[in-house]
Amino acid sequence: MRNPRRIWFALIVGVGLVTAACAKHAPQTTLKPEGPVGRKIDSLFHLTFWIAAGVFVLVEFGIVYLVWRYRHRDDRPEPVQVHGNTRLEITWTVLPAVLLMFVAVPTFRAIFQLAEAPKDPIRVTVTGHQFWWQYDYTDLGITTANEVHMPTGRNIEFTVKSDDVIHSFWIPRLSGKHDAEPGRVARISMKADKPGVYLGQCAEFCGLSHANMRLRAFAQTPADFDKWVSDQKAMPTQPPTGTTAGDGFALFQVKGCAGCHTVNGISTGMVGPNLTHVYSRSAFAGDTFDMTPDNLRMWLHNPPGVKPGSKMPNLGLSSNEITNLVAYLQTLK
Amino acid sequence: MAAVATFDRPAPRRLFRRPTHPTGLWDWFTTIDHKKIGLLYLGTAFVFFVVGGLEALVIRLQLGGPNGHVVDANTYNQIFTMHGTTMIFLVVMPLSAGLANYLVPLMIGARDVAFPRLNAFGYWVFVIGGLFMYSSFLFGHAPNGGWFGYAPNTEKAFNPAHNIDFWVFGLQILGIASLTGAINLIVTIINMRAPGMSLMRMPIFVWMTFIAQFLLLFAIPVITVALFELMFDRLFGANFFNIQAGADPLLWQHLFWIFGHPEVYILILPAMGVVSEVLPVFTRRPLFGYPVMVFSGIAIAFMGWGVWAHHMFATGLGPVAKSAFALSTMFIAVPTGVKIFNWMATMAGGKIRVKAPFLFAVGFVTMFTIGGLSGVTHAIVPADTQQTDTYYIVAHFHYVLFGGSIFGLFAGAYYWWPKFTGKMLSDRLGKWHFWLMLIGFNLTFGPFHILGLQGMPRRIYRYPSGRGWDFWNLMATVGSFIIAFSVLLFIINAVKSRKGANVAEDPWDARTLEWSIPNPPPEYNFAEVPIVTARDEVWHRKYGEDEQGRPVPRSVPDVPSEPARLEVSGNGERELDVEEQPEEEVREPTAHDLHIHMPTPSYYPLLAAIGLPIIAYGLMYKAWYVAVIGALVTLASVYGWALEPSTEPEEPEEIAEAGPAPEPEPQAELEPAPESAAEPAPTGS
Amino acid sequence: MAVTEEVKTPDSTPEEALAHPVTSTGLSNEKIAMWAFLGSECLLFGALISTYLLYRGRSVVGPFPHDVYDIPYTSVSSFVLLMSSLTMVLALAAMQRKDQRRMRVWLLTTALLGATFIGGQVYEFTVFYRAGLSLHENLFGSSFFVLTGFHGAHVTIGILMLLSLYTMSAKGRLAENRVETVELIGLYWHFVDVVWIVIFTMVYLVPGVK
Repeated sequence: MRNPRRIWFALIVGVGLVTAACAKHAPQTTLKPEGPVGRKIDSLFHLTFWIAAGVFVLVEFGIVYLVWRYRHRDDRPEPVQVHGNTRLEITWTVLPAVLLMFVAVPTFRAIFQLAEAPKDPIRVTVTGHQFWWQYDYTDLGITTANEVHMPTGRNIEFTVKSDDVIHSFWIPRLSGKHDAEPGRVARISMKADKPGVYLGQCAEFCGLSHANMRLRAFAQTPADFDKWVSDQKAMPTQPPTGTTAGDGFALFQVKGCAGCHTVNGISTGMVGPNLTHVYSRSAFAGDTFDMTPDNLRMWLHNPPGVKPGSKMPNLGLSSNEITNLVAYLQTLK
Repeated sequence: MAAVATFDRPAPRRLFRRPTHPTGLWDWFTTIDHKKIGLLYLGTAFVFFVVGGLEALVIRLQLGGPNGHVVDANTYNQIFTMHGTTMIFLVVMPLSAGLANYLVPLMIGARDVAFPRLNAFGYWVFVIGGLFMYSSFLFGHAPNGGWFGYAPNTEKAFNPAHNIDFWVFGLQILGIASLTGAINLIVTIINMRAPGMSLMRMPIFVWMTFIAQFLLLFAIPVITVALFELMFDRLFGANFFNIQAGADPLLWQHLFWIFGHPEVYILILPAMGVVSEVLPVFTRRPLFGYPVMVFSGIAIAFMGWGVWAHHMFATGLGPVAKSAFALSTMFIAVPTGVKIFNWMATMAGGKIRVKAPFLFAVGFVTMFTIGGLSGVTHAIVPADTQQTDTYYIVAHFHYVLFGGSIFGLFAGAYYWWPKFTGKMLSDRLGKWHFWLMLIGFNLTFGPFHILGLQGMPRRIYRYPSGRGWDFWNLMATVGSFIIAFSVLLFIINAVKSRKGANVAEDPWDARTLEWSIPNPPPEYNFAEVPIVTARDEVWHRKYGEDEQGRPVPRSVPDVPSEPARLEVSGNGERELDVEEQPEEEVREPTAHDLHIHMPTPSYYPLLAAIGLPIIAYGLMYKAWYVAVIGALVTLASVYGWALEPSTEPEEPEEIAEAGPAPEPEPQAELEPAPESAAEPAPTGS
Repeated sequence: MAVTEEVKTPDSTPEEALAHPVTSTGLSNEKIAMWAFLGSECLLFGALISTYLLYRGRSVVGPFPHDVYDIPYTSVSSFVLLMSSLTMVLALAAMQRKDQRRMRVWLLTTALLGATFIGGQVYEFTVFYRAGLSLHENLFGSSFFVLTGFHGAHVTIGILMLLSLYTMSAKGRLAENRVETVELIGLYWHFVDVVWIVIFTMVYLVPGVK
């Protein structure tokens, strides 16, 4: 008989769903929130999911049962030609509407709660560019890129903007996403409960390297966070001339890097990420490459070749020049 | 008496005469017969389905594992854009249009649609528009901004080559096809129903098509405006989406989704109509709650205009707007749910024959339920800020569009195949097709729910390892190839069916008017215009009801007027088996024999359609004279179309020979061919 | 025209039967089609007007509306278009009275009034352009010219239809019973006129927020 097969299949899918949600390392999951905003969203989703699951079971198993129960058998008479049943139809119009109210009311409540301004937040302006994220800690006077740091237990309010096309800022384990729109300013806030690294990425199609516009959020204890802040505020020291790094420093100005990138005290370029403390970051190029000298070499050799659509052009650097520049970048801790 | 048209005809122009009896390819190019046009739509759309499916396979190969390198980012962006654009505009919409074209006149007892040449025009514009859009691949610049084309990403500043231009112009051309088709079907359904065919006796498929045409009528202009604004930005430097000039980055999204949401109901309602036709036939029960099914369709159409911003929950709408759209989105589930329950009630107490059409219809109901439920979870705005732009959404809309529309349309294919072709599709192969497709479909799109909840965004050409996405992506890729194989089975089935036995007019023991005429129907559809006395007229003619309400076959079919036709086999047969035609099959009478005046074919619709891509190429490449030439071709064709005589006579001398049209009489057998050989008075079209 | 049904009344001629096929509503297919089409046009102009209203007051640079609008001038050209609707009604009345000669007079007048309106638009746009307003200048230029340009295109197509109708009648190729053709072209023309009234009010007369 065919119908049990479908029941088995539904069961397999169901079990798979559940196990997949529980198992495995899924660093960008929405199902293991680590902050109050994420948890509020998750609880709302669970409420709806289980109601939907209940309806799913009723309807799907109902259909399977009906097909089996009323299948053609030669000894069965012709069926009575029922045209409708007003009472039934009203019931199954009103009942779903009532069920929806159980979902609607908590939804409205959550919408308004999440729209409230956070108390005593750390303010960060996050600007989406093709294809990287810029973070300006306006109160603290820090600018960085790709990874955002926040102290645990404290609200962080992001002002979300874009420099070019529409992007979407998303750290799934902490909060829902918000679009970064040029010409508009949006606010979204979240809080991390525990220290950890939370992954995210751009979630609005923005061009060739939309897939490569990722981000990392570091939630740190307040003490660690303060240390990070003071490290970021420190002015870079110029490497001595005659060293590889010193040569790299010279190239940084000559080859035009300074025109696009800011290094505090050295250059004021605004096109690419702020590089003052670039080597303190765990990854670069939209959080796509781990911060290693080899990866930096690869990048400098041909940025658009490894990240399609990258605004940083191929500068035609020689291998020696790349060595020097990488050495310089390594001093920018 | 000369059969003179209502205005003087110009001297015969033998070279440019309107065709009278074209054959072969020229027949297909000039046909204005709704049935042929319907088949053209269905066949062409199926070809695009295969193309869109191949695009999907490329996507799945690229995403089957982390850091895929089957295609590069640029190619991937074109492939996923064309996959979406193709499936929506070149597959589901024209498949629905094809079914509607073929079946609506038959179901309401008409001989054709209101404007047959306009109907042909719609088809040619569709084909030419699709080819135009795909010609972009030849230039290496296929559309790459997603099927939704968000500005400012699609502005020239961010997308300088011609990719988006192909998209904009292609959609504008296709929009013309949809709009003219909508007007045609609306007028047909309102105005050309057979006597006794009141609105509440029409088959549900006609109702759902009717409602969808109104949605098209009002939604297409909105995307037309959005596309024009983008076109003016790209071509002439206008500022509609230029943020530096103060433009609103959300204007595109609002305009697009005010079209886009009614569009999804356009995509689903006809397939719902198919299910409402198939389930009653295979359960041998009338559709449960016909009036509610009609009103829920109307309710969905109205409410569908009030939910568009649920596509924009992450864009920064205020909490009041979010709540309003959350509410409207939740509540549109109510009329949708009613349909599900009514379909279940149709099955409960029935006598179900589990054949391929029935399986696909049940597939629709079960899969659409899943898609509908995930849709309700999107209405929970805070949860949607996690779901939107992830694979969870991709799961939702594939469940409703593939699990819904495509399964529903396949149900229609299996069900109406004998009507279209006179042959049956193999039920055994059909069942293999169904089960493989169901398994492959769920294996592909079921995991997308998980992937989305685990943080995988949409529209990415690759993903890194270590995100926990590898396993389910691989499963999805496997599933997609199972789907492909199942489609191959369908193609084999279709090809094999040509060798099958001919089938009498009502192989399924069905309920509606199209099953009262031969397979395939003659050019004029009904030898005599049917008179309708009940919903499910054909069932009513075959069966009465006993005291308990069970059907009892009538010894004499209860037909208000006996159709005049030659002896054909299969009349009165109630079995569901294939019926062979007897050896001495008599020729079916022609329109001429029955004194039915059909309009003759025309080449102007094709000609007028050809002008449109010429305009587009000219504008796109800024070759203004080319655009002007295209416009002149279309304009001249429209004039020719408006002024051509409705029937071209065989020979001009024969006009004078035709006698007055004879009165029709109900007759048991055909009267011999009339004395005059010429066609009687021409009709308009 | 629709595919014909069999002749229902034995007395009527085939021509009469074919000219007025039996329909479910008693209205002709063409009339319902025109109303449906005009319904879709409402959404077309609605979306264009909405864009204009959304962008009112948001242009970063000028010229701004108050810099260029000449309300008295546009009022006159609006009046001209309004009068053309009157003459269109007169044309239809003449056709209904089977007076094709008079109908042609009024048709031509309507077309000429319409052309005057278009000429006035062209002149007005030239003045605006010289004042520095263009499609790519600012939001006002883009939304204004596209909106009024679409309307002007619709008027122009209407003029083409009027002149075609005139020519057919002049060549004796317009049968007496084709009153509805005149009526439907008139319907289109009135619609285009009503759209202009809306545009004139919303775009020209109602002052925007600075």
